[in-house]
Amino acid sequence: MESHVSEKVDLPFKPLPPEVLEEYSGRLREALGLKRVIDEEGRVVDEGLMPKLPPSEMREIYEYMVRARVIDSWLLKLQRMGRVALHAPNKGQEATAVGTAKPMKPQDWLFPSYRELGAYLVRGMSEEEILDRALNTIDDPLKGSDFAIYGNRKYNIVPAPVPVGNQIPLATGAAMAAKILGHDTVVVAMFGDGASSRGDFHAGLNFAGVFKAPVVFVLQNNQWAISVPVKRQTAAPSFAIKALAYGIPGVRVDGNDVLAVYSVVSEALERARRGEGPTLVEAVTYRLGPHTTADDPGRYRSEEEVKIAERYEPLKRFRKFLDSQGILTEKEALQMEEEWNARVEDIVKRVLEKPGLPKDVFFHNVYERRPWHLEEEYEEFKESLKVAEELGLELEE
Amino acid sequence: MPRVNMVQALNMALREEMRRDPRVVVLGEDVGRRGGVFLVTEGLIDEFGEERVIDTPLTEMGIVGVAIGMAMYGLRPVAEIQFIDFIYEAFDQIVNNAAWMRFRSGGMYKIPLVIRGPCCGGIRGGMHHSQSNEAYFMHTPGLYVVMPSRPYDAKGLLKESIRVDDAVIFLEPKSVYRTIREEVPEDDYTVPLGKARIVREGDDVTLVTWGAMVYVAEQAAKIAEEKHGWSVEIIDLRTLLPWDRNAVISSLEKTGRLVIVHEARLFAGPGAEISAYIAENYIDLLRGPIKRVASYDTPFPLVHEKLYMPNVARVYKALMEVMQW
Repeated sequence: MESHVSEKVDLPFKPLPPEVLEEYSGRLREALGLKRVIDEEGRVVDEGLMPKLPPSEMREIYEYMVRARVIDSWLLKLQRMGRVALHAPNKGQEATAVGTAKPMKPQDWLFPSYRELGAYLVRGMSEEEILDRALNTIDDPLKGSDFAIYGNRKYNIVPAPVPVGNQIPLATGAAMAAKILGHDTVVVAMFGDGASSRGDFHAGLNFAGVFKAPVVFVLQNNQWAISVPVKRQTAAPSFAIKALAYGIPGVRVDGNDVLAVYSVVSEALERARRGEGPTLVEAVTYRLGPHTTADDPGRYRSEEEVKIAERYEPLKRFRKFLDSQGILTEKEALQMEEEWNARVEDIVKRVLEKPGLPKDVFFHNVYERRPWHLEEEYEEFKESLKVAEELGLELEE
Repeated sequence: MPRVNMVQALNMALREEMRRDPRVVVLGEDVGRRGGVFLVTEGLIDEFGEERVIDTPLTEMGIVGVAIGMAMYGLRPVAEIQFIDFIYEAFDQIVNNAAWMRFRSGGMYKIPLVIRGPCCGGIRGGMHHSQSNEAYFMHTPGLYVVMPSRPYDAKGLLKESIRVDDAVIFLEPKSVYRTIREEVPEDDYTVPLGKARIVREGDDVTLVTWGAMVYVAEQAAKIAEEKHGWSVEIIDLRTLLPWDRNAVISSLEKTGRLVIVHEARLFAGPGAEISAYIAENYIDLLRGPIKRVASYDTPFPLVHEKLYMPNVARVYKALMEVMQW
């Protein structure tokens, strides 16, 4: 009798071949190590990983980090003045945001989270636009939809979700679409350590691995998901190691070393562009501020820890490097910060003068065309404003 | 009797139930050291330890799914959803397991679980910190859906919810978390599920509402009374699934007019169920059409939220329309 079993059928009841073991041993080292170009004192520790950038571009990278720091502090100030509903401080994470966005191409898409001001600036969003958004002026590009998030199709920045991590599968899907359409587009998703616990993280990375999607996942491990420390998020020794189970490489990098982030993300973007699939980058950083302006970190973490984390702070460290290389002196760096502060102060003054969004703004952008019931509600809404006026009621404080 | 706000009343309820029954555990994001972002679980970790006050990884699917497993095995978990707007990741678990496990196991397993969290708008929270999504859960047989409007009810309803042998979705209107203070007994008392409270008696029109809208309704009723002498009876349903039809029917026997006010959206909102039930079964009690005032059928906006939610002008307008019909 002729056998129907093809020679090609190879059932896996045996250990995987040694080359798989070898490949994964290498990947394991990348996922458990820590890539760095400069140390806390700005000294070069890995010449091989140093990105090939001219001094002018190094300087530009620093300037983006300064701008991120400056606008962050203004948003904090405006929140305290009661002008901004809520702000999620970025302080301490500027290197990851800038180092991730800088090597991206304009056609690449970014799916950010809510602590990536540096990335928006790199992709062309201005301080004025950030302020229009935060203050919900007439020019708010997201038209008063939600707080603490930014985005604009103009720069291929998809508005971030407030529910943590739900952008991850979207990034994979956009990358799959780019691949199907044959576009030279890589998608970058940025999220935090907390997001790695979500089902979305699993689905997003799993699909990306299976379909070799051109996507780079940048997990900003800032040690805290509000009050929950990393050890409560995972029992694994690193987040990068999670990538291995999805069949994709995971790289652990010092997220406060902008040069290292730049280098690692560049490599991941190139891999994706070559059609070699996704990468998970774990950027080890530290959230120096509260989770948001509504948080009180004194309840759950020590000041001592924050003080120690300050030593790893990304701006100071890069400044020391630039100074030692004769690219930018400490004095010039300080001057740069002062200039941006003055510039942003002027922008703040101007933006504060702008009118707010029209009262009926929320009736727009629900559908392409409003269904009848929403039209009826819109009419009722307009009548209710008249009733309020007749009664002399101040509906908004 | 201490005068406390709703956050403190909820904290009292949890503490008392955890002392009374060692099977009661609390789990969620930031419920331990942080005491919850609104401090509802403040101090519980000090009294009951990390075994019973569990800071979880960040996933609503995980929190709810794990809590269901705990409940099946014999604990009585109270799962906190940090903002109720984040609950959708857990939807599969809530519908297919929490609500239906009793049915699909032929009654072999019960799910004594409370899923609680802050809901509703009024704090300039934008679309993901403001939703009133009770209707999604009201459409799910097997669940109870509860929303207190004041500290006394919050404590009594939460204690009752913990003792019930089915899953309860417990929604806390965060805009009144700290704005209303009242005397709340330190004794062990409960408020039964499915029973409404008459907030204010009246003869001309019945206004059915719940949550923070109780306070908007009171203001509108006051204006209607001052301007026209109409007396408005306000009913706070407190439980939405099942809702207290007897309270509404008895009131309609006096007034013959019905206005329903809720912060949830209008289309297929909770008011549609109440309205349809009354129209189908008690049309003879009505002197005119039922009127609903609800949030508009758009996502919750960050700007102009007071215009988006039912406000005094809109409730007053509805009272006028019903009275002058």
